[in-house]
Amino acid sequence: MENIIYTLQDFMVHTKNITYLIMGGILIFMPLFWIFLTDREKD
Amino acid sequence: MGAQMTQPANRKLTPFNVITGMIIVAGIIFTVLRFTKGIGAVTNLDNNTPWGIWIGFDLLCGVALAAGGYTTSAACYIFGLKQYHSAVRPAILTAFLGYALVVFALHYDVGRPWRLPYPIFISQGTSSLLFEVGLCVFLYLTVLFIEFTPAAFEWLGFKKIRSVVVKLTLLLTIFGVVLSTLHQSSLGALFMIAPSKLHPLWYSGYLPVYFFISSMFAGMSMVIFEGTLAHRWLHDKMDETHLKEASGVALGFAKAASFIMMGYLAIKLIGISIDDNWQYLVTGWGAWFLFELLGFVAAPAILFAMGAREKNLTMVRWAAGWTVLGIILNRLNISIIAFNYHLPSADRYFPSLMEIGTSVFIVTIGVVVYRFVTTRMPILHEHPDYKEH
Repeated sequence: MENIIYTLQDFMVHTKNITYLIMGGILIFMPLFWIFLTDREKD
Repeated sequence: MGAQMTQPANRKLTPFNVITGMIIVAGIIFTVLRFTKGIGAVTNLDNNTPWGIWIGFDLLCGVALAAGGYTTSAACYIFGLKQYHSAVRPAILTAFLGYALVVFALHYDVGRPWRLPYPIFISQGTSSLLFEVGLCVFLYLTVLFIEFTPAAFEWLGFKKIRSVVVKLTLLLTIFGVVLSTLHQSSLGALFMIAPSKLHPLWYSGYLPVYFFISSMFAGMSMVIFEGTLAHRWLHDKMDETHLKEASGVALGFAKAASFIMMGYLAIKLIGISIDDNWQYLVTGWGAWFLFELLGFVAAPAILFAMGAREKNLTMVRWAAGWTVLGIILNRLNISIIAFNYHLPSADRYFPSLMEIGTSVFIVTIGVVVYRFVTTRMPILHEHPDYKEH
């Protein structure tokens, strides 16, 4: 029952929590993808 | 003598000419019907769906796929990546024709060509997104026309006026980027007026950002795709520089498109998360959304990345065609397929054969004009008198 969202504040906290975690993942993934794209250029 | 007389006639009856001729004749008939009998006589549009494929395909896809003009000229003249110089003129020509045909196609939808100057010069609706789009398209079409003119002036031998226009290149490029940023995003913003009509998976406060970011890789993919077709069909019109630089352009744009596509996927994910739309992903519409996102963005992005890494041009060219299809699917999803998703199937819109025929007619005009220009003007080769530019 504690998962029920009653207020806009609850909703924003819930969605922003998940979004910030996703953004953290993106910040790690994008540089790694850039390395994947460019690492053969040095050869 | 008889054989000599028949030779030119045979050369005119090529499969390309016969097919395009038939499409153009059919298109002229549809045009006469549209402008004499009204929009209801040729389309399946109704009060639920006033915008059909003439907007969803001709306008939204046309503008997105013409983005190669601003991406290529920005890469070459603003970022100084001169190795892409040979791709600028074909990209500018495609963008100019794309935007010109968008305006041409809009006449079929609006139906009153003599009122075209009204929104700009007579009755400005300054609080409307459509006014902003109209103004930007009007200005950007003018910019693209001026950017295209040096090729025409070289062809016609107008050296003085050509040298004046060439000096404006950087200024025109900056205008082009600014105007494209504005109207590419505004086309997405148009759909923010209908939150109850567009499915929540496609509706987002970030729609303008999605449209702008996707236009970048749409334009790059179109440059690669069009370069592939030019290589196949207009090989004899390309000079050594263009042939030598073509693979570098394809590989460089593949790398850029791949990275931008991954960024696009990331912001789409953020959009789902911020609106808390996760529950829709397990529905039928969710499957269709994932099909678009994974099948037509993630998959070609990975193919682009592998092609750029392995320097595999075939892979890159397939990925470019795939991405172009993905952009068309995305624009059709937003404007038609996921629009009015709540209506019963009997009330849903499906384009009539004459609507589809008119769109094919308009694309065919673009192909014919592109072929006419590239076979005559220095687009895929440098004019011998102007080698220094």
